Order: sequence, then C-alpha cells, then structure tokens
Amino acid sequence: MALTKADLAESLYEELGLNKRESKELVECFFEEIRSALEDGVAVKLSGFGNFDLRDKNERPGRNPKTGEEIPISARRVVTFRPGQKLKTRVEGYAGNVE
Amino acid sequence: MTKSELIELIASKQQHLAYRDVELAVKTVLERMSEALATGERIEIRGFGSFSLHHRPPRIGRNPKTGEPVALPGKYVPHFKPGKLLRERVNDGRAD
Repeated sequence: MALTKADLAESLYEELGLNKRESKELVECFFEEIRSALEDGVAVKLSGFGNFDLRDKNERPGRNPKTGEEIPISARRVVTFRPGQKLKTRVEGYAGNVE
Repeated sequence: MTKSELIELIASKQQHLAYRDVELAVKTVLERMSEALATGERIEIRGFGSFSLHHRPPRIGRNPKTGEPVALPGKYVPHFKPGKLLRERVNDGRAD
C-alpha cells in the first residue's frame, strides 16, 4: 500500500488533534503551495527532506517508439527532486523488499 | 522557498489555524513521508507526483586519497516522479 494524502491527513488528525476537515485542507494546501512556487519558477527547499529544483531543457531530437518516426521533443521546464542528506541516510539503510 | 517560508504561506491561507499548528503539521507531514520511504513504502500524491525507492547495486569504489579500492554495498535512494498536473503547470509557467 502506498502512502496517500488521506493517510497524511489521518496522521494530522491523530497526532495533532486537528479536525478531519482541517487536516485534509492542510495536506491539500501543503502540496498546492509547493506546486504554485514551482509553477512560478521558484525552487522549494525542505531541509531534512529534499529540494525540488527546476531545469530548463532545450529542444532535442526524439523518436516515436511505435512508428520509429523522428519528432523533435520541445524545449520544456521540468522538476527534479534532490533528496537531502538526512532522508538519504534514512533510506540507505532500508534492506527489505520494495513494494 | 524554504520550509519556514512555506509554513508562513500556508498559515496566511489557513487563518483559522494557529501558526504553531501549521508549523507542527508541516513537520508531521514531512516526517510521515520520510518514514514511509525509510520503510520501503511508496508515496502517491495525485496531481503532485510519486516517491519511490530505486536500488543502487553494490560496486567497487575508490578511496580518492589513496586510490585504494573499497567495496561499497548496494543501497536504496529516494526517487521522485512528477505527476501530470505538476509537469503541466511547471512547463506552462515557463512562458510567464
């Protein structure tokens, strides 16, 4: 099972005692404000977790994998995530099976 | 934008919540997400993206000072794949 917004809202309800509606709104608002900053071209740095950075890519040649036809991949801006040292260290030690 | 700026921004939009509650909530969300990844659980946030673990196989590294080979064990690293809405909004924001 993957962690979802509903699970995060549930944690706020259980651990902080926010009511269910507040918890849900807060989780929604958290992701929306990150999206909105990135949309405005602003990188987001969450210490201990990681950084959401932006990269501008130039147009490059591509190919339709089905037809083999050559089509240019247009210039675009993309989001990249760089995990912070603390998160990397916590994840590194994970030894079990990834779902 | 830093974590404290994000907390202030959320607090300004959720005026019924005390600043301290928003601060705790943001930290709780990030801790819950870190904990999920640290235990091998994926994170799926619709419209934002998904986080999962990628495996890095064991390899022979080198001590950069002495050049001596060092066996490095395999490990997992966090990976983020942006969702469709985030990809579109970020790319559309480029023009503005």
